[in-house]
Amino acid sequence: MPNKKQDRIDQQLQDLTNDGVDRRGFLKCMAWAGTGLVWTMSGGIPVSRAFAKNNSKDAGVAADFSFVQISDSHIGFNKPANPDVTATLQVAINKINAMPRKPDFIIHTGDLSQLSKPSEFDTLDQALKGASAKQIHFVPGEHDMLSDNGDEYLQRFGKGTKGTGYYSFDHKGVHFVGLVNVANLKAGGMGSLGHEQLEWLEDDLKGRSASTPIVLFAHIPLWTIYPDWGWGTDDSEQALSYVKRFGSVTVLNGHIHQIMQKVEGKVSFHTAMSTAFPQPAPGTAPSAGPMKVPADELQRVLGITDVNYVVSGRSLAIVDSPLGDSGSSASGNVGALGVVDSPLG
Amino acid sequence: MTRKNVWFASLATPVVIAILLLLAGSTSVTANDQPSAANAAVKIDNFVFGPQTVTVPVGTTVTWTNSDDIPHTAVSTDGVFKSKVMDTDEKFSYTFTNAGTYSYYCSIHPKMTGKVVVQ
Repeated sequence: MPNKKQDRIDQQLQDLTNDGVDRRGFLKCMAWAGTGLVWTMSGGIPVSRAFAKNNSKDAGVAADFSFVQISDSHIGFNKPANPDVTATLQVAINKINAMPRKPDFIIHTGDLSQLSKPSEFDTLDQALKGASAKQIHFVPGEHDMLSDNGDEYLQRFGKGTKGTGYYSFDHKGVHFVGLVNVANLKAGGMGSLGHEQLEWLEDDLKGRSASTPIVLFAHIPLWTIYPDWGWGTDDSEQALSYVKRFGSVTVLNGHIHQIMQKVEGKVSFHTAMSTAFPQPAPGTAPSAGPMKVPADELQRVLGITDVNYVVSGRSLAIVDSPLGDSGSSASGNVGALGVVDSPLG
Repeated sequence: MTRKNVWFASLATPVVIAILLLLAGSTSVTANDQPSAANAAVKIDNFVFGPQTVTVPVGTTVTWTNSDDIPHTAVSTDGVFKSKVMDTDEKFSYTFTNAGTYSYYCSIHPKMTGKVVVQ
């Protein structure tokens, strides 16, 4: 009975999410990096459950495809929080390459570089060429747009994109939209998409079937996490109003260098760890600057995110994995997508 | 014009004078709120411009220094001045030749705002 364990997990998840949310829209977590924790956010309360070891295989086979999200590589950063960010990016790539199932592609949710320097972009590009997945989709972070209105970034990583670098594509029935909320920021504000991009988004989604799973990805969170530190996007509500009619929406962000998850109706929000350095939990430090941790603990707070998509349930499983050797430490059922975040160490 | 701004300005003035005294060296600075020195400093620390408001006489050169591990900018809201990206310990200076209130922010982290009042 190979599916017995999976059934039990599904049952647990159903129990955990017994909050009146439409079951049909609530999708199963298919975490396959089996040693972690299942995280669910139910009414804002995070719940975790340990995964049994063997589930990884079953779920991995069940998934129709998977992709990996990496974020905040900050190539060029060389301060004590992590003096060698190129090395930890390489650890992340090694982790991707060691996956039992090759991801179809990689999404990088921004802050590729520290200072938008050509040499920094070169280093990132070279490192990612060694990844098993050759197709990589980028969106810029604010660190990638520091000079010449982001031209350097756009020329290298934004070919064929619109405006400041936004675009969409389809993959095996899922519609992906890369959004840019780090350009033309206004004094006193947070992240911003801007009128032009919002119009484009509305148009891009128009006419698509409500049963199409939607994945939105952008650098700064598209939900307000901590306004004092600018951890949110001023006009994200308008963007989210365009996806309300869809049955499965997943929002993937970076910027805050830690995992945060939230489910709101059919929309699941998830932020990824950085491959470079951690940042403090909201309000726990004087500022959002790099958080220094002992060197032997660094890789536990850096990581990658695997996302598995299962056609039968129209669900995506998201797994966050640390870069270090403890395997995936937490996985999340965030509604439409299952997520496994793996720390690097 | 609001009461809050006046309060900020009056609070900031002694701080500015103290900084000017430090910077001015042998340049004489009068003690009656009318310093003749032509330099003022703003330090960027923990994602904050400090002091948030500096009040200076016309002709003053204000120098921003970034003490964070993360790059910042100082960009005038009205397009009067715009720093390059300041990495750790890098500086940017601008000389204010006209009286007025100049609001500015960090274009990378726009929650960071500050003001230069030139009298």
